[in-house]
Amino acid sequence: MKLTDEEIRHIARLARLGISDADVEKFREQLSNILENMDILQQADTTGLEPTSQSVALENIYREDETAPSLAADEVLANAPGQEDNSFKVNAVLE
Amino acid sequence: MNDPHRLTIHEAHALLKDKKISSAELTRAVLKHLESIDKKVRACMRITAETALESARAADKAIAEGKAHPLTGVPVIIKDNMCTKGVTTTCGSKMLENFVPPYDAHVVEKLKAVNAVMVGKANMDEFAMGSSTENSAFFTTHNPWNLDCVPGGSSGGSAASVAADETIYALGSDTGGSIRQPAGFCGVVGLKPTYGRVSRFGLVAFASSLDQIGPITKDVTDCAIVLNAIAGHDKRDSTTVPLKVPDYTKALKSGIKGLRVGVPSEYLVEGMQAEVRQAIEAAIRQLEKLGAKVDRSVSLPNTKYGLAAYYILAPSEASANLARYDGVKYGYSYRETTNMWEALEKTRQFGFGAEVKRRIMLGTYALSAGYYDAYYLKAQKVRTLIKRDFEQAFQSCDILVTPTSPTVAFKIGEKADDPVQMYLSDVCTLPINITGVPGISIPAGFVDGLPVGLQLIGKHFSEETLLQVAYAYEQSTPWHTIKPAIA
Repeated sequence: MKLTDEEIRHIARLARLGISDADVEKFREQLSNILENMDILQQADTTGLEPTSQSVALENIYREDETAPSLAADEVLANAPGQEDNSFKVNAVLE
Repeated sequence: MNDPHRLTIHEAHALLKDKKISSAELTRAVLKHLESIDKKVRACMRITAETALESARAADKAIAEGKAHPLTGVPVIIKDNMCTKGVTTTCGSKMLENFVPPYDAHVVEKLKAVNAVMVGKANMDEFAMGSSTENSAFFTTHNPWNLDCVPGGSSGGSAASVAADETIYALGSDTGGSIRQPAGFCGVVGLKPTYGRVSRFGLVAFASSLDQIGPITKDVTDCAIVLNAIAGHDKRDSTTVPLKVPDYTKALKSGIKGLRVGVPSEYLVEGMQAEVRQAIEAAIRQLEKLGAKVDRSVSLPNTKYGLAAYYILAPSEASANLARYDGVKYGYSYRETTNMWEALEKTRQFGFGAEVKRRIMLGTYALSAGYYDAYYLKAQKVRTLIKRDFEQAFQSCDILVTPTSPTVAFKIGEKADDPVQMYLSDVCTLPINITGVPGISIPAGFVDGLPVGLQLIGKHFSEETLLQVAYAYEQSTPWHTIKPAIA
C-alpha cells in the first residue's frame, strides 16, 4: 500500500495534526512501509469470525447513580493553559 | 548494614520490621546511590528526594506502631505515565512537560496507603510508544549492563532503575511488552498481569484494551509482594474484575513437579539471535530437571499475524485516546494564533514527537472511511484467531515458555530510524496483550554480557502458577544474583 502526499495530508487533517512539508514526505515513506507489513493480515482466514474488542469479557458494568464530591474548580483549572472567571479560555469558535 | 540500596523488598522488610534499619536510613542510602549513578543511567525523569524523606518518616512512625506492611518504608520508582498528585507526570512527552496531576493513580493510592516511599518517576518512551526509551521527549535511558545499549521500553527507566539498584522496585505499564521487554533487557523480573487484574485509573491511556500496570522487581518473591499490593477491583476502572486477590506469595514454593510446560515452536524461529535461543533451550532443560513435563508439540499458528494485528489495534485506540490533547484543559498549548483550528493543529504538531504522530496517523488511517473493514475490523477478527490459539494451547498446557525478545539489548541509535525494525523487538510479547493473558519475564542468562529474558505465559488470572514456575526456576539458577558492574 503506497500512500500519496495528498492522503498523508488528509489523514493528518482527520487527526488534527499540523504537518510540515518535510514530515509529509517522511510519514509517506514510513507509513507506506508499515502498511506493507500489515498486508499479511489479508492472508488470515477470518470467515465467519466475530471481532474481539476486549480480551477478558465482562458483562456490562453498572453503578448506582450517586452524587459524590468532585475536584474543586481551582484544582481542575490548575493545569489550564488559559483561564478566566473559573473557566477554560479558548479562541473564538465562530469568526 | 552495607549498601542497603542492594536489598530486595523482602530483605528490606525483614530489617525494617526488626528495627535493624529505619526507612529514613534506607531511603537516604537509596537516594545517595540513585543521585550518583543516575547521572550515567538516566533512568529517572525526576528524583523526589524531599517528599521521599517525608514519606520515610511517616513509614517509620507506622512501623513503630506495629503497622509494617511488606512495602512500608520501602523505596519505589514509578513510571512517569502514572499520575502522582502534586508531582509532575510527563508521560515522556513535551505535551505533558508541566502537567501536575490533581489526583493519584489507583496504584499510587494503594502504595501510599501502606506508606511506601516514592523516590522518583521513571523515564519512558513518549506515551509508552516505543521499545528503547529513545522516543522519550527528554533523554534516552542507558542499559546498566552496557551504557551504549538501550534498556528496552517503554518502561525502560523503571527496568534500568531496578537493575542499577537505584530503587528497591518499580512500577511499569505494558501495552505490547513495555514491562517484560525492558525487564528482559535489564536482567530483572517484570510481570504484566492479566487484563483486568490491576486498575488503570490514573494511568495515562495509550491503548485501553491492551494497557496493564505491573511490577518490575529484583526477584520473583518481590514481584508477588507488589502484585498483592496493587491487584484488585476498582470501580473507577470498569475493566477490573471483581475476583478475590489471592496471596501471591503463598504458592511460590510449591514446586513444579508434573506441571505441563508448552514450548510454542513459532516463538523460536525467524530472526532470533542464536545465543538467545541457546539460553532459552537451556532454561527449558532446567524446567524439565525441576520436574516439569515439557511439550514441544504446542502450536500457536496465528503468531505470524500478531505484529500486524497489534500495530493496527494499538494505534487505532491511541488515535482515539490521544484526541484529548487539544491545548485547552491541560498540557502544551500553542497560543500564537487566534484561530481555533490552527491552535489545535499546532498544539498537536509541536506537542507530540515523531513516533506518537506516526501512530496517531496510522490509527486514524485504519479507522477512516473506506479502510475500517480492511484494517481495523480485520485486525479485530485476527485477534479472535490469536485468542483461540492460546485457548487451544492451554487445554494441554499449564504454562507456555518463550523468549521475552528475539535478541538481547541493542545499541542506542541502531533502530531509531526504522520503525518496523523497532516494532519487531516486541514480536514475542505483544500477542500476550492481544489475548489479555498474564506474562512474566525473568532473567535466564547472558549473551555478550547482556541479560536474556525468559517469558512465561499463563491462562487468564493464573498469576499464582506463573510466579510459582518463575520462583522455582529463579531459585535453581544464579542469574538474579548477578549485578551489573555499574551498580
